[in-house]
Amino acid sequence: MKKLLLIAPLLLLAGCSSSQTWGWYVIDPTTASGWTNVKFLVSGMWATIQISLIAAVLSIVVGLMVALPGLSEKRGWRLVNRVYVEFIRAIPLLPMLFWVFYGLPIVFQSMGMNVPIDPFWGAIITLAISDSAFTAEIYRAGIQSIARGQREAAQTIGLNYVQTMRYVILPQAIRRILPPLANQFIYIVKMSAFASVIGMQELTRRANELVVTEYRPLEIYTLLIFEYLILVLIISAGVRWLERRMGADERG
Amino acid sequence: MPDAAIELVGVNKWFDTFHVLKDINLTVNSGEKVVICGPSGSGKSTVVRCINQLEKHQKGTIRVDGVELTDDAKSAATIRSEVGMVFQQFNLFPHLTVLENLTLGPIKARGLSRKEAEEKARLYLERVHIPDQADKKPIQLSGGQQQRVAIARSLCMEPRVLLFDEPTSALDPEMISEVLDVMVELANEGMTMVVVTHEMGFARKVADKMIFMDAGEIVEEGKPEHFFTNPQSERCRKFLSQILQH
Repeated sequence: MKKLLLIAPLLLLAGCSSSQTWGWYVIDPTTASGWTNVKFLVSGMWATIQISLIAAVLSIVVGLMVALPGLSEKRGWRLVNRVYVEFIRAIPLLPMLFWVFYGLPIVFQSMGMNVPIDPFWGAIITLAISDSAFTAEIYRAGIQSIARGQREAAQTIGLNYVQTMRYVILPQAIRRILPPLANQFIYIVKMSAFASVIGMQELTRRANELVVTEYRPLEIYTLLIFEYLILVLIISAGVRWLERRMGADERG
Repeated sequence: MPDAAIELVGVNKWFDTFHVLKDINLTVNSGEKVVICGPSGSGKSTVVRCINQLEKHQKGTIRVDGVELTDDAKSAATIRSEVGMVFQQFNLFPHLTVLENLTLGPIKARGLSRKEAEEKARLYLERVHIPDQADKKPIQLSGGQQQRVAIARSLCMEPRVLLFDEPTSALDPEMISEVLDVMVELANEGMTMVVVTHEMGFARKVADKMIFMDAGEIVEEGKPEHFFTNPQSERCRKFLSQILQH
């Protein structure tokens, strides 16, 4: 069944290719010009991977820093967490990208600092901040899902807050946090396509540029979609492997 | 009283507007075994949880070993090192082995070396009759064994007082006695104990003092011989007749 679902659209595409509206020659790797085009398109892969990876790592760090005050017993700290999460979560990615890329340097300038933001770091900062609101919620849910009795038991054997977190709560919570966190990585990869609009030479930008010169949007964007599909499938396999490992640990 | 291990004077507590503890006065002397019973929601667990600061009381005084419990973290830490607690749901750490469960507190909070802590842990595992389960994870043990590990974990901190919050309520019937046997042994060795339980057979065997609570108040307090045969209050009489029928 699964195989059938995969093959069906391919057959459809192959069938269509004979008609006049398709022009697969544009990305046909057996011809010199087609091969050049394919190489050009795929060459954006490395930038997409770099942006996504760095943004994900930053998001994981910032997310934990945002999540911890959300778990505090003090209302003021929880408020800090709520405001950050609600505010950041509400901003669509594209406007935030524009604000960071075009606006943030002006903010720095007005403070007397000269901090140029190139498309690469503009995209990373935007993706990391945008995603951190979600990772913060993942952390918070994961830590809160550990039964209250665990913390109480830790307290009754004399552990302080940091020891309780480090030896009792986080080792248990991490098993529940890691899979959704890795899952969130897929979101970042897909959203990194927005970096194309500020001129980052990643997968989507390459496709756009080739479309402008070749006038074959259907074939080129089809290949683009498959490029993302392959990236995401690789990550999915990684996530699944991670979940299995975590599950196996839990049983042991 | 110099040998009072625990003293509660006029303790009151509210959960929002719900008055869960009303003017609780209770003294537990060193070596004494106090059993608290009462219907669910009567506040008996809350009393025990206030003694080791898992809950904060809002009015009145609680002294452990003569030290008054205040809001600062230091007093809470002092108290917790004097007072052990056994929970209804065991609350063992599932990601650690039995031995690691027992040595975590002594190593991290008491500063013992791993070797010292493990020696002590094996000693107490022997005392709760499961010396050969040290390297298993809690989930591989039966409920009764898990609760005995939890008791051993408390003992490893060498507390002056041991609190039990319905220690057998989550157990299958056939496992209750193995836990109660360990508790009776502890009692006979002179441990100061406050036990919230409905196990009246156990109470008869070890209790120096019986407490009956209802609706946040201590309704009746007395020696077990009087408590069971001639309860003074109607509420206590009714409660006892209900749980002793079976």
